[in-house]
Amino acid sequence: MQRQAEEAAQRGTVEGDREITYRDALREAIVEEMERDENVFLIGEDIGAYGGSYVVTRGFQETYGRKRVIDAPIAELGIVGAAVGAAMGGLRPIVELMTINFSLLAIDQIVNHAAKIHHMFGGQFSAPIVIRTASGWGQLGATHSQTFEGWFAHIPGLRVVMPSTPRDAKGFLKQALRGNDPVMFIEHSLIYRNRGIIPDGDFTLPLEGAEVRREGTDITIASWSRGMFLALGAAEELAEQGINAEVIDMRVLRPLDIETVVQSVQKTNRLVIVEESWRTMGLGAEIAAAVQEQGFDYLDAPIGRVGSIEVPMPYAKNLERLIIPGKDEVVTAVKEALR
Amino acid sequence: MAKAEPAVAALQSMERAELLDMYRQMYLIRRFEERSAEQYAYGKIGGFLHLYIGEEAVAVGAIKALGPKDHLVTHYRDHGYALAIGADPGAIMAELFGKATGTTKGRGGSMHLTHVERNFWGGYAIVAGHIPMATGLGLALQYQEIDGVAMCIFGDGSTNAGAFHEALNMAAVWKVPVIFLCENNLYAMGTAWEYVSAVQQMSTKATAYNIPSEIVDGQDVLAMYEATQRAVEHCKAGNGPYFIEAMTYRFRGHSMADPETYRDKEEIEKRRSDDPLILFSQKLLEAEIVQQPDLDAIHEEIEKIVEQAIEFADNSPVPDPSTIFDHVYANGVRETGNGKREE
Repeated sequence: MQRQAEEAAQRGTVEGDREITYRDALREAIVEEMERDENVFLIGEDIGAYGGSYVVTRGFQETYGRKRVIDAPIAELGIVGAAVGAAMGGLRPIVELMTINFSLLAIDQIVNHAAKIHHMFGGQFSAPIVIRTASGWGQLGATHSQTFEGWFAHIPGLRVVMPSTPRDAKGFLKQALRGNDPVMFIEHSLIYRNRGIIPDGDFTLPLEGAEVRREGTDITIASWSRGMFLALGAAEELAEQGINAEVIDMRVLRPLDIETVVQSVQKTNRLVIVEESWRTMGLGAEIAAAVQEQGFDYLDAPIGRVGSIEVPMPYAKNLERLIIPGKDEVVTAVKEALR
Repeated sequence: MAKAEPAVAALQSMERAELLDMYRQMYLIRRFEERSAEQYAYGKIGGFLHLYIGEEAVAVGAIKALGPKDHLVTHYRDHGYALAIGADPGAIMAELFGKATGTTKGRGGSMHLTHVERNFWGGYAIVAGHIPMATGLGLALQYQEIDGVAMCIFGDGSTNAGAFHEALNMAAVWKVPVIFLCENNLYAMGTAWEYVSAVQQMSTKATAYNIPSEIVDGQDVLAMYEATQRAVEHCKAGNGPYFIEAMTYRFRGHSMADPETYRDKEEIEKRRSDDPLILFSQKLLEAEIVQQPDLDAIHEEIEKIVEQAIEFADNSPVPDPSTIFDHVYANGVRETGNGKREE
């Protein structure tokens, strides 16, 4: 407790702020919104008795019953489709898709239905569903270690968030449940236990805008979710070598906030983008393209991109560690951009 | 599954005005579709045009059994349902013409008609994709304790897709009030049922999920009405979903682009003798409920309505290009690409 208080003091937090885990931030958001609006309900695989694969919904079925916490069949297409229908019928579904790998089974409902309904029917109604799902890896093999945020960020009509901090996780989730757009809310299996400061009481955060997490002058590193922590770690190491990096957390992947990145590059003249997915056709490519369009004159070096090695994920631990980018790859990319 | 008895009770018990109104709706759909085909040939309608000609009795009979709290989602062959549930023929024609005054302001087109006032949440164009949505609409009714049903219309082809099976299973597990209405017109686009379905009657598939079902003569509007009434009653009594398989036939191609190489003219001609409009009008005449002049008056009235719909569509403006970013998001953001946006 003493250590946490000291850390909080260092971060300049104010009275009433609290430090909680990413997981607890999600739990608080869900409970507060279920209490606020009786039409909010949860649906997903093993979210009730089992408590959720990443233990986000443990105990909720005991509190809210099977009506509001529905253990669904293992049928992602049906689950998301039913949620879209329920949303059109006036409910506020929070869908939990166990991992983002399984979202592929539901992609017709997400892309062809949830994202299109408001537009296709001339704005007369919408399908405000929130899909919580988790990216991540950990010797899970080729089909359980992927990250597809770029696929969803490609689609007009969807809002896509990938919060890295407990504050963003709670504020975004609560806001997602109050808006009328479908939201892909992408978590990460390796940051659920991360701690962070959140304001006390009821608060929401708009589903847009990147944030500068560390100010610097020599280079900008842009990332999101777990990648943001790699960027922060690399920035600390680089600081010891006299390189002062600015770190931007993209936070919201659609609509993408390029302006904040361009403003930073205006100051640092260099940019490295860090993503956990494959670089080909990825979000990093889109960010790089948009930054050079809007800030070409500020750039003094090619934009660097750090991503996974482009192979299906093998099981072997040593190979997996080679494939997923780490702090060292970020440091190397920064030095390359500064050469 | 049960085979329904021929509908005679309805003919005896229904008011003359109601029966005439059902005929009026069927004739409206027929003429609307025939004139749409003509407008398509003139180049005023683009893209896909899936005509409902031959299947009118299914929509009119089914929709008549629905009330104001009930929900409806359909497949893309949705003109008949939009007309039967009361959407304005002018707005529908304007939508087919891609005009700003259309049912969805020129966004959805022929396959995505809607009529929000009656909870018709749209036609959907990914085969079977809307069936889980109906289960969700049923869940919303059950959750909010609303005394209503959700009706889902789909073709025989969609019963071979995974979405159909996931949706039926969930609806049965949750016991939600959903009427699954399969229009079995024997062809999944251009492929006859026997090449793609393991069973001849699609309602057999409902049995696997313990959902009661019946096979109905989809060319008989009164049989459709009675079957749907039974379905509504079943659902509203809290018994869970119900499945109706309406045996019908599409007199025209799958869409205007259909070469019709998969069925012969003889078969089509033979099935045309089952014209639902003729069957119904003969029944009304034989029972001396109406006289030919009554029907002629309806024909004349409908002719004018459809002509006015075409005039309205013709005279309507196209969508203003400045609205191109409208309705992508419900809240706030107007995204214009490349990370640029305006509030």
